[in-house]
Amino acid sequence: MGFRVVQFVWSGVTHIASLGLQLLWHFLHLIVNMWYSMFSIICMIESYLISAGALKSYKSLYLGKIRHLAIVVDSEDACQTSKIVELLQWLDIVGIRNVCLYDSDGVMKKSKGAILQKLNSLKLSEEADVNDTLHDQDHMTIEFASYVDGKEAVTKAANLIFVEYLKQQNSGGHCDGHIFTESHMTEALHAIGCKGPEPDLLLVYGPVRCHLGFPAWRIRYTEIVHMGPLNAMRYGSLVKAIYMFMMVHQNYGT
Amino acid sequence: METNRGTELDGIFEKFVMFLRKCAFQVLSVGPIPTHIAFIMDGNRRYSKKQNLVEGAGHRVGFSALMSLLMYCYELGVKYVTIYAFSIDNFRRRPEEVQSVMDLMQEKIEGLIEKESIVNRYGVRVYFVGNLKLLSDPVRLAAERAMAATAKNSKAVLSICVAYTSTNEIMHAVQESCKEKWDEITMLGAGEAGYDLIGLKGNLIKLADIEKHMYMAVAPDPDILIRTSGETRLSNFLLWQSAYCYLYSPSVLWPEIGFRHFFWAILNYQQNHLYLDKKRKQS
Repeated sequence: MGFRVVQFVWSGVTHIASLGLQLLWHFLHLIVNMWYSMFSIICMIESYLISAGALKSYKSLYLGKIRHLAIVVDSEDACQTSKIVELLQWLDIVGIRNVCLYDSDGVMKKSKGAILQKLNSLKLSEEADVNDTLHDQDHMTIEFASYVDGKEAVTKAANLIFVEYLKQQNSGGHCDGHIFTESHMTEALHAIGCKGPEPDLLLVYGPVRCHLGFPAWRIRYTEIVHMGPLNAMRYGSLVKAIYMFMMVHQNYGT
Repeated sequence: METNRGTELDGIFEKFVMFLRKCAFQVLSVGPIPTHIAFIMDGNRRYSKKQNLVEGAGHRVGFSALMSLLMYCYELGVKYVTIYAFSIDNFRRRPEEVQSVMDLMQEKIEGLIEKESIVNRYGVRVYFVGNLKLLSDPVRLAAERAMAATAKNSKAVLSICVAYTSTNEIMHAVQESCKEKWDEITMLGAGEAGYDLIGLKGNLIKLADIEKHMYMAVAPDPDILIRTSGETRLSNFLLWQSAYCYLYSPSVLWPEIGFRHFFWAILNYQQNHLYLDKKRKQS
């Protein structure tokens, strides 16, 4: 009887302790949410001030460091073609000329026609053809990428390299050090059509700072900045991200 | 007499702090705990400059910070921890600096094998991940001894990326896949008919072949990648594995990282966990 009472009391205590822990956990996350809400409001105000030209330091952007910029969008938001076009317009205003648009499911790739049509009507863009070199610096080059341009592309390139390796093994067996090098992989990727360069800056428009499978071979030293959800995108935040990138100094490991 | 009392009080204080930490982790454990945390330990040299220390001292303080972080990870129940200890790019630093880091690594690797070390206390199996042939013999041998000595540990895994870059890892995996397929072809007696196999079957090398030959195949993909010092790039670290990983860049320098930064990082992870889990499952 006594043992049952002890068991009952102990069960009650652990139940209350468990509820107490859950309450504390929710309270902690309430604090985290409040912190990020305040931070969001400050960013919003700053963004409006930048857009209005009130903050002088953001007025002059030196874009020499950004040869190539990538935009990663959550696939669920990527169907909002008008938002994508508006973002590209902002990039054009800032002076960015080479953009890679990425979403893992390839939604933007599928709506490439619609996006380019809207942009062409604003005389903003021209997609560089494989054999073409754009001479007109007033136009933007836009590349569309998706998850298949990452791991799957490396696999295809690996098979190209394997064919060379087979030839070598069949003709003598001495392994040429040139075959399994990073530059050879880059050549193999180019051969299968994955010619996109390494972006200097990658802006993530989504709920979380995560590159969502952007081709791994191309983001070795890319600065990855989280911009928030696409629906909440702001011109001032874009300018700030580019300005902050200008301030970054990279050692490249040295 | 007074020194004994001082040591006793220190011991009691330490146990009290550990108790508080365990309570904090009990609260955190209500939510999802990451299975795999990766760290880019950036800021050791900046810390040295900031504190006016001699060259190399920042890395030593950084090592103590690492031991504390590992303790927090294993106390919280994180099964896999990966650290970016030395990149292939870092070999381009001044030779004296490279040697100083190598000497420190060798010293600390040998410390890992000791009975009271953190890896034995928490049953951690250690892997040295990277192109170990680029290391000098003493360091490589120490690494191999540490891997052998901890091979039977099974509660957790520590992957120390040394002489590592992601692009080198991918290339190595491709090379191993090619060699494996060649061996399969020669065993089948196909030889030059290997070309025909490719023609008939299409691509012989599959994504799964490459992934199983990655150095980091010893661990699942990371859930959170923490790079200290506020830098927002990955510097050729876990590029292949971080597709659906939460990238967190606190501004604190690595030697200054402490419990509160770790706690805040886990809270951030818990905020974003559902979205990343959903994306991972959709892929």
